[in-house]
Amino acid sequence: MADEDDDIILSELDDEELVQQMHDDLYDGLKDEIEEAVGILLERGWTPYEVLTQALVSGMTIVGNDFRDGILFVPEVLLAANAMKAGMSILKPLLAETGAPRMGKMVIGTVKGDIHDIGKNLVAMMMEGAGFEIVDLGINNPVETYLEAIEREGADILGMSALLTTTMPYMKVVIDTMKEQGLRDKYIVLVGGAPLNEEFGRAIGADAYCRDAAVAVETAKSLIARRHNQTV
Amino acid sequence: MTAPAPLRLLACGALAREVLALIAANGWSHMALRCLPADLHLRPERIPAAVARAVAEIRAETPAAQIFVLYADCGTGGQLQRTCAELGVEMLDGPHCYAFFDGNAAFADRAEGEFDAFYLTDFLTRHFDAFVWRAMGLDRHPELRDMMFGHYRRLIYLAQTEDPALDRQAEAAAQRLGLAYERRFTGYGDLAAALAAKG
Repeated sequence: MADEDDDIILSELDDEELVQQMHDDLYDGLKDEIEEAVGILLERGWTPYEVLTQALVSGMTIVGNDFRDGILFVPEVLLAANAMKAGMSILKPLLAETGAPRMGKMVIGTVKGDIHDIGKNLVAMMMEGAGFEIVDLGINNPVETYLEAIEREGADILGMSALLTTTMPYMKVVIDTMKEQGLRDKYIVLVGGAPLNEEFGRAIGADAYCRDAAVAVETAKSLIARRHNQTV
Repeated sequence: MTAPAPLRLLACGALAREVLALIAANGWSHMALRCLPADLHLRPERIPAAVARAVAEIRAETPAAQIFVLYADCGTGGQLQRTCAELGVEMLDGPHCYAFFDGNAAFADRAEGEFDAFYLTDFLTRHFDAFVWRAMGLDRHPELRDMMFGHYRRLIYLAQTEDPALDRQAEAAAQRLGLAYERRFTGYGDLAAALAAKG
């Protein structure tokens, strides 16, 4: 007997049901279904920004929360991220055309000596979903690469990631070099990665340690808003 | 000469075979081993609480027992060290078992040249399917392999024992992950020294 879910025809769902279904499909990492549903909502007159925030970002937030709570594991999160990325690739060019809100610009990368980028990629994706422009430097970044990129890009935020206890001290090297060059106060510095904690973030002079992608987004928004308030 | 005081070893399950081998080889009859599930490594943040519970249970059973925690930091970001300090028990030095099998100092010296290496131990080679392949979802979603391992270049099998069958298994694991293969015999490294100090 066919599974009941096999019979769902996305285009026959009303908006509310379709968004709920998209949350379920993101959770299950169903890329094709997400692409189809994004197309349906756009055809129904949703703005790209509404689709992004109400369907994709909110769905991915559920995934992130369940990962944090130990209900989901890395493979499921990666599949969900792939599905979200597929939806975002449809929306990205449209977002630029329709003038979606811009929150700021972030340069992000994994530190020197570290090749781990799953968490960093999730943060980059969720930040992009929240309206930040992202310049992703990839893995194994020396201090010079970070500093050159934040200056060149006119970034608001520098994000650094590390998975290894042996590589996380390099974040302090970057922050200390920013201080030496008089650059530290120009940028918000966010750090993250499995072995880090708030105490470490404070000790190395970062503005904040972000435990996961959702926290990174909220922290970035609040620090950007605070900065705007200070300059007005 | 007085017999050494009884010592309870609280270890990661991934070390059980190696610890028992060392106890047997050295006749450390005053040591008794208790293990926690090795799959705690899939959620390292849960290790400190699990260790604290087990220490409390051991103390309830044998209040006078000395306890030695056979975990390194293991991705807990220093939390396990803090927990052990609060509990007043010793633990192993080092970031993880790859490092203390290789020797923490030697591993740190090599870190810069090996940051693109994925490591296996005897345990992980034996249980590659359970702790790597299936745990990472690669049995269900082989397309995730390159997202997870695409930046690695080689797999280094840190061998605790001379076992040609494990060598072949580790090499096959490297092939499945699409990585070049190297084997390095480490023996029991700093684990042996740490236990010998209690011997």
